[in-house]
Amino acid sequence: MDKFTTLTGVAAPMPLVNIDTDMIIPKQFLKTIQRSGLGKNLFDEMRYTQDGAEIADFVLNQPAYRKAEIIVAGDNFGCGSSREHAPWALLDFGIRCVISTSFADIFFNNCFKNGILPIVMPQEVVNVLMEDAKKGENARMTVDLEAQTVTTSDGQSFGFEVDPFRKHCLLNGLDDIGLTLEKVASIDTFEAKAGLLRPWV
Amino acid sequence: MTAPRTLYDKIWDDHVVHQAEDGTCLLYIDRHLVHEVTSPQAFEGLRMTGRKVRAPEKTIAVPDHNVPTTAGRDTHIDNEESRIQVEALDKNAKDFGINYYPVSDIRQGIVHIVGPEQGWTLPGMTVVCGDSHTATHGAFGSLAHGIGTSEVEHVLATQTLIQKKSKNMKVEITGKLRPGVTAKDITLSVIGATGTAGGTGYVIEYCGEAIRDLSMEGRMTVCNMAIEGGARAGLIAPDEKTFEYIKGRPHAPKGAAWEAAMTYWKSLFTDEGAHFDKVVTLKGEDIAPVVTWGTSPEDVLPITGTVPAPEDFTGGKVEAARRSLEYMGLTPGMKLSDIKIDTVFIGSCTNGRIEDLRAAAAILKGKKIKPGMRAMVVPGSGLVRAQAEEEGLAQIFIDAGFEWRLAGCSMCLAMNPDQLSPGERCAATSNRNFEGRQGRGGRTHLLSPAMAAAAAVTGHLTDVREMMAENA
Ligand code: SF4
Repeated sequence: MDKFTTLTGVAAPMPLVNIDTDMIIPKQFLKTIQRSGLGKNLFDEMRYTQDGAEIADFVLNQPAYRKAEIIVAGDNFGCGSSREHAPWALLDFGIRCVISTSFADIFFNNCFKNGILPIVMPQEVVNVLMEDAKKGENARMTVDLEAQTVTTSDGQSFGFEVDPFRKHCLLNGLDDIGLTLEKVASIDTFEAKAGLLRPWV
Repeated sequence: MTAPRTLYDKIWDDHVVHQAEDGTCLLYIDRHLVHEVTSPQAFEGLRMTGRKVRAPEKTIAVPDHNVPTTAGRDTHIDNEESRIQVEALDKNAKDFGINYYPVSDIRQGIVHIVGPEQGWTLPGMTVVCGDSHTATHGAFGSLAHGIGTSEVEHVLATQTLIQKKSKNMKVEITGKLRPGVTAKDITLSVIGATGTAGGTGYVIEYCGEAIRDLSMEGRMTVCNMAIEGGARAGLIAPDEKTFEYIKGRPHAPKGAAWEAAMTYWKSLFTDEGAHFDKVVTLKGEDIAPVVTWGTSPEDVLPITGTVPAPEDFTGGKVEAARRSLEYMGLTPGMKLSDIKIDTVFIGSCTNGRIEDLRAAAAILKGKKIKPGMRAMVVPGSGLVRAQAEEEGLAQIFIDAGFEWRLAGCSMCLAMNPDQLSPGERCAATSNRNFEGRQGRGGRTHLLSPAMAAAAAVTGHLTDVREMMAENA
């Protein structure tokens, strides 16, 4: 998992509420053998017509937002099916942070497992960030996980809460595997000992 | 002096790398088996993070779940998604340097048959695989269970698994089995007695005279279905039969290593007075040849019985039984032996070993399957297939009218082209009779290989003991 420390990037405004995981990645894209490669189908049915042409109006199709790294979204982002393909698709597109007033629980957890930072902010703050995001390409937002702040393009700064353990994991790029690898010395010791005890294994 | 320990306790204790204050352990994994369906994202995860497989020499991969079982599959697989998954495994095995048996290799087969056959599975080991029937390997006195894709990645990267210990359960089968009763009847009868949640939270140790009397093949059949009883794993303490089976296998220890291993293996038994949290005892002589009538493996009855009515049950099972009977197209009160069969499937990791084929062939010798019946044998591995050909079993199946297929999971889960059509009724030696398991709308009756062979001949579920009397 990639570390998340600070991120300065374009934020895409998606004021729609209840954006569910079916919208984020429709079920026909779940038969893949990979986690990666889903980015092109992120928000597939909102992003493309039936015959695959881009829908110009959709935010991520607009020139200013094609390289967005942050999404500022309406309430209850990520509800519906528990598919981990949703964070996989966001990540593959390049999104590392989503800001909303609320998130669906499973999606929220899945984000942390995949190096994405979901930030919960009160409605007034989300409103300010949404307006900032609408300014487009030159309005870069900064998310600082260490300091727990989001700063708008014109320098307004807002604090946010994050679970200390999850913060630690994100800052250091630690997933379950990462955490286990912190104990690699114990695994080495065990292997050496077991190798003497049961050399045939 | 340490307190008496169960076999499970001993294996567990010998594999704890680290224990956290809340009891969560990091458990060392001795063997990691991999197949094409649950591994692609795990390997992809390693690539994305730049990680390696920590112990490629302890990792063994084989495609089995969605490979076709017809000729020509080593050069072409029609179904695109299946082909991509098999090709991904080819590439992952090569890139990460793990042991691999491709479809073109005679040793290819169902992962749970290949592991023991090649001597990868040994007593006292921890064995995992991204597949629930990993419990099969418990027949060797190894702690073996299924894991999810994120855990597959975890094991690949660290050779460990984050685990909490289960409770101990003992299932004892006393005395002798009667003629015509097999390991499959034992394991189905246990699930019938305990229910599919009876083993939830436990690791089961099977013991008793009837278990000791079983061959290694039979013991694998018993442990294979521990998961259907809800248990994390099933275990049988190793004994002379186990050692005999292992000796000389390609990856079994040799020479001095063999002697050292034997000393350790002989310490793998439950100590006198060790504590079990739950005990179930069945008398061997009470077990009959059984079949399932419903859509849960716990829906088990002796072949001499009749289809039950929903009212025979209590609680939520009333509605479940009603739904099962409707799905299965059965009427309460009808004799199980009157149920007509369209298809017979002999194979799977439950009953795809040589002994299973021998048992079925013994019934089929000199007989023909019922006209109009579709019947197939899918050996569990290429080596089982070769041995069956050498012993003349293949010819008996072919003469009787069976299709003689290549090794794989096949119609056990219908991820490859071998599937039932809606309403088609199948007598199957596999392990799951869930709705749609063998194909959408397909109806599955689980039974032993000998019982499956008997049904193929008569065209309906049949008490194999009657046919044995005829043969005698
Ligand atoms: S034979 Fe069936 S149960 Fe066994 S591994 Fe294959 S699909 Fe799973």
